[in-house]
Amino acid sequence: MSLDTKIGADVREAGRAPDRSRRSARIGGLSNVCSHGFLILWGVLVAFPLLWMVLTSFKSDQEIFASPWRLPSTLHFDNFVRAWTTAEIGRYFVDTTVVVIGGVGLTLLLSSMAAYILARYPFPGSRLIYYLFIAGMTFPVFLAIIPLFFVAKNLGMTNSLPGLVIIYSAYSLPFSVFFLTAFFRTLPDSLAEAASIDGCGHWGIFFRVMLPLAKPGLVSIGIFNVLGQWNQYLLPLVLEDDPKKYMLAQGLASLAVRQGYKSDWSALFAGLTISMIPVLIVYVVFQRQVRAGMTTGALK
Amino acid sequence: MAAIARRGRTSFTILMLGIPLSPYVIFVLSPYAQSFYISLTKWSGFTATKTWVGFANYNKLLHDSVFWTSLRHNALALVLVPVATIALALFFASMLNVGGRRGRAGIHGVRGSAVYKVIYFFPSILSIAVIGVLWSFVYDSTDNGLLNGALRAFGLGGPVDWLGNPGSAFYAILVVMVWVSVGFYVVLFTAAMGAIPHELYEAALIDGANRWDTFWRLTLPLLWDSIQVAVIFIGIQALDLFGLVSTMSAAGGAGGPDNSTQVVSNYLYQSAFKYGQFGYASAMGVALFILTLLLAAVTFRLSRRERVEG
Repeated sequence: MSLDTKIGADVREAGRAPDRSRRSARIGGLSNVCSHGFLILWGVLVAFPLLWMVLTSFKSDQEIFASPWRLPSTLHFDNFVRAWTTAEIGRYFVDTTVVVIGGVGLTLLLSSMAAYILARYPFPGSRLIYYLFIAGMTFPVFLAIIPLFFVAKNLGMTNSLPGLVIIYSAYSLPFSVFFLTAFFRTLPDSLAEAASIDGCGHWGIFFRVMLPLAKPGLVSIGIFNVLGQWNQYLLPLVLEDDPKKYMLAQGLASLAVRQGYKSDWSALFAGLTISMIPVLIVYVVFQRQVRAGMTTGALK
Repeated sequence: MAAIARRGRTSFTILMLGIPLSPYVIFVLSPYAQSFYISLTKWSGFTATKTWVGFANYNKLLHDSVFWTSLRHNALALVLVPVATIALALFFASMLNVGGRRGRAGIHGVRGSAVYKVIYFFPSILSIAVIGVLWSFVYDSTDNGLLNGALRAFGLGGPVDWLGNPGSAFYAILVVMVWVSVGFYVVLFTAAMGAIPHELYEAALIDGANRWDTFWRLTLPLLWDSIQVAVIFIGIQALDLFGLVSTMSAAGGAGGPDNSTQVVSNYLYQSAFKYGQFGYASAMGVALFILTLLLAAVTFRLSRRERVEG
């Protein structure tokens, strides 16, 4: 269909527009109610299981087994205490926090180093290295996990939190390098040149001039990686088989299997709720960047 | 960068690239490369020696009914999940972008569209394992489960064992996959729709096009690139499904009941880390890799043909 002729026809027809638009206003009003109906329905379907989880985490086990729909009579904060201590969610939570802080910090450092060179220090073969990084985004992780397990094991990096930090960073590099390379290319040359004239060396220019300039890009990629690493499930499942070294998502999944026999649903639900709190905070504070960053990830 | 001193440039470049490259090569690139080799060996993982068996693992795969069952489930997911997710996401995205049409000035988004997007998007930033655990309780086979509790509350009959019944278990998991994904693509598509010039809609409206026409003739063709990206992206997730299957399937995530929810990724994980068949599991990894490449190639091919003909 040709849009130009259509638009041309529209201009000719413009004189007749008013009465037509009044009619469509009526239809529009009706369909507006209708579209809100569908939109609200999906909103409820999305929110309901999550709200149910939060409410259930405040109920006693008796209440849970009496009815899944009833509200808690009193707020049982003791579920959270039990989840944090006896169910060891506390340790998983703290360890995961440490690993994610280390992992994201290392990811930002390593990816900005590589991206800076790939963007601004071209040399023969630099495109090849760029594509080596990009290639990591296109392979399924399942292809790598078996050799990865043995590589990590041989280096004493299984059941080890520092090992996890390094491996998380390595797997976060492809997208981060891709994203930051594009970002460094957009930065102006003039400041770097001025710093160079003032006697600043390559390292000084990178750390003192370019990194601060790249802060918006680092924030975006940082948020992206905080969520990605916090939610990581497969890598810790493969690399950490000692329950003392479990990450949070993995710990909850294993608790759910055990809880199936013990029936302490309330503590498990409290654990699930706890695991979502940091994600919710990041989302509420940075929601625009989160949605923008994640959907850019899809468009890689 | 001409003005910046050349002195120290080489050593700077080597260090700045070498430091990030070394963990990347060790933990990402070399495992990918090794897996092709391991797939040609028989290896329990506990001996240093891998016995070279050529293509025996692949031959075994072709005759392994569990592998074919898994593959069939992945294929089912590959068809159902993208279709359902993209249809729902397009529907909600167009509701958000043009649903609030008031007539006078053409096209409007609905009021509160930001709120809808915030809620819809939330599941896609949660850990898939946590979602799997939560939904296994939504689907709990007793009246304590959210869904069965609802059935009882509305008098719709006794508890259904959603995840324990081979006929329903895999579909129950796919529903969760769609539940997680829709919001992400609503955000993606609303952004793409926002980039379509308003004048086009207004022109179509003045021409007397109804909402249905504008959607099929205008929105959809102009969103084609985003939809193509979405197909590949959801397709890759449908080839994975590990997080949900390993947390929701019966028998402690083993793809039960009776392999009715088994998918390639989970079968690979089980074969390697539960049964120590590392060579065999690597062959599955290679199969998964080939499938991913095929998916991308087919999607691009189809969409290109579409463009030439349209």
